[in-house]
Amino acid sequence: MMYSPLEIKETVDMFMRYKLDVRAITMGISLRDCAGPSGVDSRRRVREKLLKVAGNLVTIGREIEIEYGIPIINKRIAVTPISLVAESSDETDFTPWAQTLDEVAIELGIDFVGGFSALVQKGMTSGDIRLIESIPRSLAETNRVCASVNLGTTKNGINMDAVKKMGAIIKATAVATGERDGIGCAKLVVFCNAPEDNPFMAGAFHGVGEGEAVLSVGVSGPGVIKAACEQYRGAPLDELADGIKKTAFKITRMGQLVGMEAARRLGVPFGILDLSLAPTPAVGDSVARILEEMGIESAGAPGTTAALAMLTDMVKKGGVMASTNVGGLSGAFIPVSEDEGMVAAVRLGSINLEKLEAMTCVCSVGLDMVAIPGDTSAETISGIIADEMAIGMVNNKTTAVRLIPVPGKKAGEWAEFGGLLGGAPILSVSKFSCADFINRGGRIPAPIHSFRN
Amino acid sequence: MNAIITVVGTDQVGIIAKISTYLSQHGINIIDISQTVLSGNFVMMMMVDLTGSTISIQDNKTALTTLGDELGVSISMMHERVFSAMHRI
Repeated sequence: MMYSPLEIKETVDMFMRYKLDVRAITMGISLRDCAGPSGVDSRRRVREKLLKVAGNLVTIGREIEIEYGIPIINKRIAVTPISLVAESSDETDFTPWAQTLDEVAIELGIDFVGGFSALVQKGMTSGDIRLIESIPRSLAETNRVCASVNLGTTKNGINMDAVKKMGAIIKATAVATGERDGIGCAKLVVFCNAPEDNPFMAGAFHGVGEGEAVLSVGVSGPGVIKAACEQYRGAPLDELADGIKKTAFKITRMGQLVGMEAARRLGVPFGILDLSLAPTPAVGDSVARILEEMGIESAGAPGTTAALAMLTDMVKKGGVMASTNVGGLSGAFIPVSEDEGMVAAVRLGSINLEKLEAMTCVCSVGLDMVAIPGDTSAETISGIIADEMAIGMVNNKTTAVRLIPVPGKKAGEWAEFGGLLGGAPILSVSKFSCADFINRGGRIPAPIHSFRN
Repeated sequence: MNAIITVVGTDQVGIIAKISTYLSQHGINIIDISQTVLSGNFVMMMMVDLTGSTISIQDNKTALTTLGDELGVSISMMHERVFSAMHRI
C-alpha cells in the first residue's frame, strides 16, 4: 500500500470524526466594467456578468465534493466594492444593487455574495456615503448579501467620521431586522486593514487590485486541531505548537488541492488559500474548546490570550508552507455565537467583551458575532469599533467588528440567529460614555512605526 | 481515477468478500489492499481504480454506505489525491 494505515486513518478521521471541511470556495469577480450613468443598465450588466462567470460555480463545487470526498460547505461570490461600481449612477439609494446581487445568488444557488462594501479609511466619496446609508434597508430586504466597510488602515489612520456613522448604521440595521434579533448585523462587518482577497463572509469583497476573476478557498478545521492537541496532553508548549503546525499543514494541503482543482475547472486563476480556524455552532467544531484542550479551564480565563496567540501563529506557520498563495485572514476566528465553546464560556461568565477585545490583538480578525443589548447607544458602538480599529492600525493587522445590538433585549438574554450564525447570550457593555470623543469626528492619524515599544 | 476505500469497525467473517464482490460487480479493480487493527478497531484499506466503474462515484458511495450499514461497519471512499496531498510533499 502506498500509504500507511496510520496515514489513511488520520485523513479519514479528519473528515468523518472531526468535521474537517472546505468552509467556502469563493469566486472573486470584478464588476468595474459594469459601472455607468444608468443604475438600471449597470445592474443588468452586473447580472449578466455574474451569471456568465459564476454560472458553473455551484455545479463544479458539488462535482469536486463528490469526486474527492471533501465537503465544501459554502459556494460564494465576492465582488468589487459596490460603492465603486454604483457611484457613477445618480441613484441615492443603492438597495436595488443589493437586490440584484441577492437575485443572482438565489438563481445560482450561491450561499452569500460579499461586496456591498465601501473603503473609506481616509475619506468618503458621494458613492461611499450613499452605499453606507443604504446598508440597513439593503440587509433587511435581502438574505444573501453581505456588507463591509473598511474604516482604517495602518498607513492611513482611522476615519472617525466613518466610525461615528457606522455606529448609527449598525443600530439602524439591527432595528430594520428587529423581528429576527437584528440578524442584518450578522451580515455587516467593519474593518481596519481589510484584506482584499478574503474568502470568508461577511467581509469578503474583490479588491481593486485583483484581476478579472479568481477562485479562493477558505479552509476550516477546529475539530481536527483539537484532536491533534489531545495527543499532546501535558507536553511542553513548544511540542504542542509543533503538533498544531503539522496538522495545519495537512489541512492546508487539502484546501490547496480543492482550490487548484476548482480554479482549473472554472477556467480562472487560483487566488489565495485562507486557512482560518472558523468554528460553527456544532459540538466538536469550536476554537474555544481548542484553548481549553491546551489547558485553559474555560475560554477567557487568564492565559487565554497567550494560548490563542500561539494557536493563531502555528496555524499560519503550518499553512504558509502548504499553499502556493496564502492570503485572506489566515489564523483563528473567535466569534461568539458561532462557537459552541464560546457560548458556554459566556454562560459560565469566564469571558466578557473586554477579554474578547484583548484576544482580538492576537486572533486573525476581531470582535465577531457578539450580541450586545439593544439599548446600547450608537456612540458606544462607535467607541467599541474605534478601540478595535486602533488595535489593528497600531499592530499592523486586520481587525474587524461584527456586533449585533439586539433590539428589545438586555444583557444575559438569548439572541438567536439560526444556522451557521448560531445564537448567544447578550454580553453587557460598559455604561460609561464615549459620546464626546466620538462626536469630535475627524481622523486619527496614521501611527509611526519606528520607536516600537 | 484512483480512490481509497476505508472500512472501520468490528472484524467479522466476510467483510472483504462482500466488498470485493460488490466492486467486481461494478467493474471496479482493486489495486492494493491491506488490513490492520488500530486502537482496537478493525481497519481495512483498499486502493481501487474507478476507471472501469459502471456506476457514478455518488452511486458507488451510496451503495458502499448501505453495504457498511448491513455489515455494521463504516465505509468511506475518497480520492487518492487527498491522501497524496496530505502525506506526500
